[in-house]
Amino acid sequence: MALAENIRSPQLYLQSLSRWRPTEIAFWLATLLPFFVAANYLSLASQIAITALFALSLDLILGYAGVVSLGHAAFFGVGAYSAGLISKYGWGEPLTGLVMSGFIAGFVGYLTSFIIARFRHLARIMLTLGLGLLLAELANSAGWLTGGMDGLQGIHMWPLLSSFKFDLYGYTAYAYALAVLFLLFLGARRLIHSPFGLALRGIRENWTRMPAIGAESRSHIRTVYTIAAAMAGVSGALLAQTTETVSLDSLGFERSAEILVMLVLGGAGRLYGGLIGAIIFMVARDQFSGIQPQYWYFWIGVLLVVVVMFLPNGVLGGLSKLQARWSRR
Amino acid sequence: MLPPVAGVLFDGFAYGMLLFLLSVGQSVTLGMMNFINLAHCAFAMLGGYVAVILVNTLGWPFFAVLPVAFFAAAAASVVVERVFYRRLYRATDLDQVLLTIGITFISVAVAAYLFTTAQQPIQLPSYLRQSIEVLGLRLAVYRLILIALALVTTGLLVAALEYTRFGAQVRAAVDNERMARGLGIDVDRTFAITFALGSGLAGLGGALAIEIVGLDPSFAFTYLVYVLIVVSVGGLGSIRGSFAAAAVLGISDIAGKYYVPSLGAFLIYLVMISLLMWRPTGLFGRR
Repeated sequence: MALAENIRSPQLYLQSLSRWRPTEIAFWLATLLPFFVAANYLSLASQIAITALFALSLDLILGYAGVVSLGHAAFFGVGAYSAGLISKYGWGEPLTGLVMSGFIAGFVGYLTSFIIARFRHLARIMLTLGLGLLLAELANSAGWLTGGMDGLQGIHMWPLLSSFKFDLYGYTAYAYALAVLFLLFLGARRLIHSPFGLALRGIRENWTRMPAIGAESRSHIRTVYTIAAAMAGVSGALLAQTTETVSLDSLGFERSAEILVMLVLGGAGRLYGGLIGAIIFMVARDQFSGIQPQYWYFWIGVLLVVVVMFLPNGVLGGLSKLQARWSRR
Repeated sequence: MLPPVAGVLFDGFAYGMLLFLLSVGQSVTLGMMNFINLAHCAFAMLGGYVAVILVNTLGWPFFAVLPVAFFAAAAASVVVERVFYRRLYRATDLDQVLLTIGITFISVAVAAYLFTTAQQPIQLPSYLRQSIEVLGLRLAVYRLILIALALVTTGLLVAALEYTRFGAQVRAAVDNERMARGLGIDVDRTFAITFALGSGLAGLGGALAIEIVGLDPSFAFTYLVYVLIVVSVGGLGSIRGSFAAAAVLGISDIAGKYYVPSLGAFLIYLVMISLLMWRPTGLFGRR
């Protein structure tokens, strides 16, 4: 069906992609469930929503534009520290703080995107890693600003929309994180199903051919990298605002690696991959939190090997393969 | 109070030679197959733990342990290559990165399980702990031996690559893999042997590293960054490049830590980024 429309006109093809499916609506309705059935787990749920947003931002550059980043946590950290510092120095209003942090992270992303878009393959992976490490070192050595190893203290948030206080149980936190996630998800969905998103997928598949049909690879990569950085910054800011603390590991290599694991586990380039991956990963970690962290890493390692060897497109890829086999019968 | 320049240069060079041993195998295998192996330092760590067991619990002499560390890491790498890597030579960067990060995570967890997360000291014979004085400069015997070992290894490697039939096959495969296949060179076999050799050298480096930088389960990740820096700055598949990059990196890291300790590792990351932006294929890279 999609193919026939595709032949008729590209507009129809894009429209057919962006149509809402029943499973999607069911998914978003299900995200409201924690309010009713798992009120004890609301703070975990808000962590998941924040992480899912972070994974979604990585999906934009990795899944759609094919930019492998080992330093995406840099933007998460910039957003988190910006939000923390804005609040610490007197402006505790959450929404404007969130927007400002997103802009700051986006600006850092814009600056680094010039470097990222110039290189490819190993050099690019190394540059993302290097820039991430550089920023982490910077935050570590600028202890007067960031609090260094002790983390950033003294963040105090005003009530959301000047009426909802951030409570201990996480009602406000989850509602806030979920709303932001949903709004930005809509934005990302729109972006992916626009001609720009289609061009990104083209660049992922063939870097040299896309400029020949009018989509300049580098400027596209720069744009999407900036957007993804801003989005990661917003998720970092959400974490800083809801937990009222920022620590150095918010921009460390481990966080970059973890978010990559989540995205790939869920399935990169599928929009919902990062969301599903974040849910599975965070719930599993919460359940296994009794065991020591080093053994937890053993299972992450096993998971990675299994995903690469047997589930090349993540959980969602495996599911859609099953579905395709089912519908062919 | 600043330490004398010559002392810093000596320590830095010794450290650089350690980094060279750790990374030269990675450089050659990456250059040959474009396989991004982030588990390289896990083999180095294996060599380190083998050395700790043999020296501390079984009381072997230190120099007898070094070849064992080499062969243990090489053997382990052959197994991993056969089981996992072989299937992913044609896969994307991302798959290779993920698989090898996964293997590193597993190795870190296993090391933590078997040896706890504590630092493992190695009991060296007393003559290795001394230092000798040359022209008013105190030089640690251990570091001198480390430099000598690295120089001998470099000599052997260069000679093997330049003057043996196998070396010619390796060079051909690094230069142009498809052409080499076309000429009837069994690139897969050549690669497997090179990979085992490179991992063995990493194992040797891991055993030698304990005295200088210590050994704990995070070794596989901490030094991975250094190895990647050496490889990407030196240029893929270039022994000369790795040597130069390792020496520069070792000296600048030690110098940075002596003279501007507040900057920490900031300096080397900055050096790496600028070098990569200036020469994306590395100092001596050809592609």
